[in-house]
Amino acid sequence: MNCNKAVKEISGYLDGELTEELKRTLEAHLTYCNHCHAVYDSTKKTIELYCDGQLFLLPDEVRTRLHEALKRKLQEHT
Amino acid sequence: MTELPQATLARDEGHLVSEAKAGNYSAFEELVNRYEKKIYRLGMNITGNREDAEDVLQDAFLKAFEHLPDFREDSRFYTWIVRIAVNEALMKLRKRRTSREVPMDDSEDDNGEVVVREFADWKPNPEQQFAQAELERILQGAVNSLSPGFRTVFYLRDVEGLSTEETAELLNLTAGAVKARLFRARLRLREELSKIFKRGGYS
Repeated sequence: MNCNKAVKEISGYLDGELTEELKRTLEAHLTYCNHCHAVYDSTKKTIELYCDGQLFLLPDEVRTRLHEALKRKLQEHT
Repeated sequence: MTELPQATLARDEGHLVSEAKAGNYSAFEELVNRYEKKIYRLGMNITGNREDAEDVLQDAFLKAFEHLPDFREDSRFYTWIVRIAVNEALMKLRKRRTSREVPMDDSEDDNGEVVVREFADWKPNPEQQFAQAELERILQGAVNSLSPGFRTVFYLRDVEGLSTEETAELLNLTAGAVKARLFRARLRLREELSKIFKRGGYS
């Protein structure tokens, strides 16, 4: 397996979508290829960073304005 | 907080929806409380800025409130509100199309090879080297380098945890297209973040 092919399979590997054989071949490549291992590692880390629950938190004032807008809408309806 | 089993939550949600449809506002408010954080995050991920994310949040829930009588209870409220919010977010971007900042054409990303230029290892725990606000700015900047179709797939699959099939259905794409976009989105984001987080990069 060359690096081009390995990089293409990393996404599917992270999702557990590879066949057993492909998975084994990729894992073998990742063991000895520092470059592809770094790509694998940092791709995984990229996903983790965006999944961090502390990211893009709803600010209190935005929440307040949402609930005020909904209440105004409710009053229009009644 | 203990996690409720999925089935209990769904039943409970169905009850809230029925109550809300019957005109019980506090039941609707409870649904809003449950999903407002997710929908704001969705807006931030797809539109790439706070003002638009707030509009998406408000418009999505106002529309949900207005169209609640049309909501068929055979699907989850959560899926419904996500669909409304995704539409609002993409519409927002389309309106902004006049400005050069948003490439709407996803085809350019669909063609061509994914080029990986950054092969360096990252520093350990990059998130700990930046203040929260700075980290948000960095992550937001990277997301903004993706075209909307790719951001949306990345958000739904990787952040929101929807399956390939759910994402495909929501966006009217084939499962294959979802996988291809996800692959590209992940590598593109990684590439952008590597410029900042790699060993020897600036901090």
